[in-house]
Amino acid sequence: MQDVLITLVSMLAAMMRVSTPLILCAMAGLYSERSGIIDIGLEGKMLVAAFAAACVAYVTNSPWLGLLAGIGISLLFSLLHGFACITHRGDQVVSGVALNIIASGLTAVLGNAWFSEGGQTPSIPEEARFLELHWPLAETIGALPVIGPLYTRVLSGQSLLTYAAFLCVPLTAWILYRTRFGLRLRAVGEKPQVVDTAGISVAFLRYRAVLIAGLLCGIAGAYLSISQGAAFGRDMSAGRGYIALAAMIFGKWKPWPSLWACLLFAALDAIAIRMQGLTIPGIGAVPVTLIQALPYILTVVLLAGFIGKAVAPKAIGIPYVKER
Amino acid sequence: MNPALPRWIDIGLIPLINVALAFLVSGLIVLAIGESPLDAVRLLVAGAFGDLNAWGYTLYFATNCVCTGLAVAVAFHCGLFNIGGEGQATMGGLGAGVVALAFDRYVPAPLLAPLVLIGCMALGALWALIPAYLQAYRGSHIVITTIMFNFIAASLMVYLMVNVFIQPGSQAPQSRNFTGGHLAYVHEMLGALGIAMPKTPLNATVFVAILACYLLWLFLWRTRWGYALRATGSSPAAAIYAGIDPKRMTLLAMAISGALAGIAGFNVVYGDQHRLFLDFVAGYGFTGIAVALMGRNHPVGIVLASLLFGALIQGGSDLSLEIPNINRDMVATIQGLVILFSGALAYLFRPYLERLFLRRRIFKTAEA
Repeated sequence: MQDVLITLVSMLAAMMRVSTPLILCAMAGLYSERSGIIDIGLEGKMLVAAFAAACVAYVTNSPWLGLLAGIGISLLFSLLHGFACITHRGDQVVSGVALNIIASGLTAVLGNAWFSEGGQTPSIPEEARFLELHWPLAETIGALPVIGPLYTRVLSGQSLLTYAAFLCVPLTAWILYRTRFGLRLRAVGEKPQVVDTAGISVAFLRYRAVLIAGLLCGIAGAYLSISQGAAFGRDMSAGRGYIALAAMIFGKWKPWPSLWACLLFAALDAIAIRMQGLTIPGIGAVPVTLIQALPYILTVVLLAGFIGKAVAPKAIGIPYVKER
Repeated sequence: MNPALPRWIDIGLIPLINVALAFLVSGLIVLAIGESPLDAVRLLVAGAFGDLNAWGYTLYFATNCVCTGLAVAVAFHCGLFNIGGEGQATMGGLGAGVVALAFDRYVPAPLLAPLVLIGCMALGALWALIPAYLQAYRGSHIVITTIMFNFIAASLMVYLMVNVFIQPGSQAPQSRNFTGGHLAYVHEMLGALGIAMPKTPLNATVFVAILACYLLWLFLWRTRWGYALRATGSSPAAAIYAGIDPKRMTLLAMAISGALAGIAGFNVVYGDQHRLFLDFVAGYGFTGIAVALMGRNHPVGIVLASLLFGALIQGGSDLSLEIPNINRDMVATIQGLVILFSGALAYLFRPYLERLFLRRRIFKTAEA
């Protein structure tokens, strides 16, 4: 019983950490895609942000400056995406793919040239990172059964950026469904003509949505390199941007369901890592790599309409032309 | 968009400007890390075309680019964006490996090669057909499903290599070598003709790729189905009125696309390495996007763009030995920039050129 509890608690704690960048990127994708701009580039933005955050945190010894640098470069990538897709009506998927490839190549080139460690940054000292925050009374409450370990190891002891990610979900839900900006944002993703007729600039609205996505991806990137990790490694985002995209689609382009999808995918990851090398009697070794592919398989199955139906915003991917 | 521009500007000048811009930015990046772009270009060209050895590697890499480039192009002609070249090439290589491993002890090499090619194209096509079916009949977006299928293919490959194909007692996840003769290398063919060429990975697949270019051109512009496919791409609604079933065209285009991408796997696995291993596709699926965009989705353009990217990959790896500050990832950066400028920002300069050109024409008519 005690063993099960310990396993469960450590898995929940791992889930919190794994899901942080997923949640931030899924929310980022949500803003962009609800405004009608496909965002394949979550992965790339997160990667450049991780790189910039690691570089600046290493040089200045300040996690906050690192975070700012990550957000800054991610915003720049967002602006480029907006410039190509909103201003020049370029293909949104092509633009996103381009940004991802540029991010992967550029960070490796610059990292290699600046630090000569094969694309890695040097490891970042503790004072330049976002470390785990320990909540008050963690020691006292920790002694309690069940609630104790949950409080000290799952709720407390996470990075500031993890709390930011979890707070981001209700905030996004509130902005999207309870504010004027959110209403317009959703409208511009469904029927931009209507928004335009109401005298609101479609381009400006979409630029703001894309920039919010950049901001959130920037935080996610900084989390990878200066909070969860202690250095930048080449291609360290390792497909998380795509998993987040899948989670957002799995969550049917809605904030709360997207959160559950992120947690589900994070749980699958935590389970897969824990099962590594285990054998189940009668079945044999657990196919860990196949469990890790489950998020992608589940998303395909959902998109195909076999479990529920995910409907994308109507105007997604279509550049807005004001007059013909 | 606007018929005012003559064809040479539309298919000559604008793409050229876009590619030039991509290379200009790449040059700036090289400058920013403190190296000379001109030196880099000199070393790159020497590394890619300096001697027969360099040519062999360049053409070998270009063969992969042609396959994945054609794959992206045929899907584009049907109005579909196939990001799944990476996964389809992986599955193609897997198909080639499975057929080779199953039959190499019983079937002589000259008969085995076509069998392996069929196996690789079939599995590549299958890996593209599932997303195509889901797009056509279940309404799920092909871009998302092909991305997911890239990851699923990668996971499946890891699983199969580690659990099925690995040699007993070995730590490295790779299969045994194929036996019973291999696909002819180009240096062997030239050697038989009395021309000396150093050993390079360039093999007979390069001729398969050239044949594929010609056949695809024939198919797209000289057959009924090719016409139907392109018609679906330019207007699905009009295609329906013309009696074309866009759903079937989606399946057809993606099957061809996946089969073509699969040939890249054939080139690496059966043509050169003679064994199955992990990550042999190494990004060619994405290079294919850059190649197709740069080559304007035409086989001739794709061959030219593939030569350029083959040269970049080969010259780039030579360059990284000479100037360690510029590593191989520079090639990926250039790819990304080419996709950005020739794809997403393709119309960046069009308005300016239109204005420039129209003003000149107005002057001319005024003088007349």
